[in-house]
Amino acid sequence: METPEQIRDRLLARFPAAQVTVVTNPGPAAQHSLVLSPADARAIALFLRDDSALQLDQCSNVTGVDWPEKEISEITKTTVPDPAGGPARVVEYKTRRTEPGRLEVVYHLYSIALRHGPVVLRLRTGNRTDQVTLPSLTPIWRACEFQEREVFDLYGVIFEGHPDLRRILMWDAFKDHPMRKDYVEVDDYEWEPTPHDDLLEKAKRHYPAGAAEGLKN
Amino acid sequence: MKSNIETTGEGSANFSPSALPPFSLSNPGAHVRAVHDEFHGDLLEVSMGPHHPSTHGVFRMVVTLDGERIVKLRPVFGYLHRNHEKIGENTTYLGSMPYTDRLDYLCSMTNNWAYAIAVEKLADLPVPERAEYVRVILAELTRLLNHTCLAGFLMQDCGASGTPLMYAFREREKILDLFESLSGSRMMCNYQRFGGCRVDPPAAWLEGAKRLTDAYGPFLDEFEALLTGNEIIMARTQGVGRLAPALAINAGVTGPMLRACGVAHDLRKVDGYGVYPRFDFRVPLGDHGDVYDRYMIRVLEMRESIKILQQALRDLPAGPIMDPKAKLRGFRPKAGEAYGRIEGPKGEIGFYLISDGGPNPWRYRVRAPSFVNLTILEDMCLGHTVADAVIILGSVDIVLGEVDR
Repeated sequence: METPEQIRDRLLARFPAAQVTVVTNPGPAAQHSLVLSPADARAIALFLRDDSALQLDQCSNVTGVDWPEKEISEITKTTVPDPAGGPARVVEYKTRRTEPGRLEVVYHLYSIALRHGPVVLRLRTGNRTDQVTLPSLTPIWRACEFQEREVFDLYGVIFEGHPDLRRILMWDAFKDHPMRKDYVEVDDYEWEPTPHDDLLEKAKRHYPAGAAEGLKN
Repeated sequence: MKSNIETTGEGSANFSPSALPPFSLSNPGAHVRAVHDEFHGDLLEVSMGPHHPSTHGVFRMVVTLDGERIVKLRPVFGYLHRNHEKIGENTTYLGSMPYTDRLDYLCSMTNNWAYAIAVEKLADLPVPERAEYVRVILAELTRLLNHTCLAGFLMQDCGASGTPLMYAFREREKILDLFESLSGSRMMCNYQRFGGCRVDPPAAWLEGAKRLTDAYGPFLDEFEALLTGNEIIMARTQGVGRLAPALAINAGVTGPMLRACGVAHDLRKVDGYGVYPRFDFRVPLGDHGDVYDRYMIRVLEMRESIKILQQALRDLPAGPIMDPKAKLRGFRPKAGEAYGRIEGPKGEIGFYLISDGGPNPWRYRVRAPSFVNLTILEDMCLGHTVADAVIILGSVDIVLGEVDR
């Protein structure tokens, strides 16, 4: 099979406007991945599926990854010559920068016809709050249908062009996205208002202000 | 969009699956959604499950019926969801190993192996030869166990109440006894480790495995004499729930489901992981992609598994069962990621791991075969009756522990 670099070069020749970069996997598995710009992702995916040299007809695995905002502190060393003519001094600067957070969707593609793979595609959102829309690849591979629904459910990525984007594992009324790294579990999943709560509120009115603290729960 | 179903209000005579637009690669799914878009006043929506014996656990199908024909089916699941993947991210690598048993709780040995293979890829760990053989033996025993149970359950779904299932469970219990004597637990084996297996199977255990393997062929003969040529089973299953190979590939269907459509794709041959390339076995393929073919593929796969087991038990080399340098405590793989997959009894079971160099995986993802195989449940059921939907679901072979995770 072609290396990710060769695939990237071929994609760039075919789609000059697209942005395709290779992300190296530092681990021993050496499954490198291609990061696609969301605008061109669907056209590129279609090309990868139908190209005669690749024929990536099976989308095996679709998953999300959460990369929250990260603060990185770096120490930079600079040599400063002494104006008085003495020995040069080394000055350390500590700089802090924040890497913006994002959500990532990873696709593992294989070819059943040519028996090769995986080609790993990654799509990245702009941030983790309001720019979380990515194109759905379900029109290319039906295999993405439930898996993209799962990524929507657990990570909150909105897939544009998905035929049936609903929660799949959590219940429909559930609010948050539990696989995000900053998800905080609610205290009691099964809490629901009861008449008892109203009664407590009424009872509180009979006590002077401040005395009702003990009645909170 | 205009629906292509004529409803008479009296029944289903006008609807047939051939009335649907054919599957096309340019818009997969269009042939299903064509019937979704319009709601007919005289259709009946029925909720099958979650508490229904034919749904193999807590699984629900919201079925829209025109007479007795299914015109729409929505699988609803998640009743067993416990966010397995989040638990995996908050536990050490080894700590997730017992949790993988609970995914597909019939096949804990193959779940273990899939996870071990992903971690071994992530950290580049060698596995001793004896351990590879033991893994093959256990995986093939698991395949026997799973396929036997599936055949029993499928017959139960067809209405053969009890007898075939009890025959299957009798044999399954023998395999579970072997698992118990080796790992200490019948179903939650927690047996594989990164770089080998937990305990060395003693000679008496191997003898027992040999005896079981030799007795399995005659059992299958007996089982098949009851079922394979059975007229009722043929009438119920042939031509039911057909799946086109192009759709099956596009929808990521794997395992016996895919091979029943005639697609030669078995990871034991394709990836050749472990020591599988050393064994002589064949991959059975179906012709029609219907329920009967899926049953038959599993029976034939069991026969091939027996061949693999006989070869593995014959050639099992001596040596260590664990890589001596493998680290159980303080295991921290270098930063990187890996996707490892094996051919489980239900299809491709894969684990995707991202390590940031810490003791816990940053991302721990399970690619569950029966979850993905459910994608095309609706496509297979359209136009069939409710009773057929039950056996179509049975032939997919789902385990909800894995679907819901």
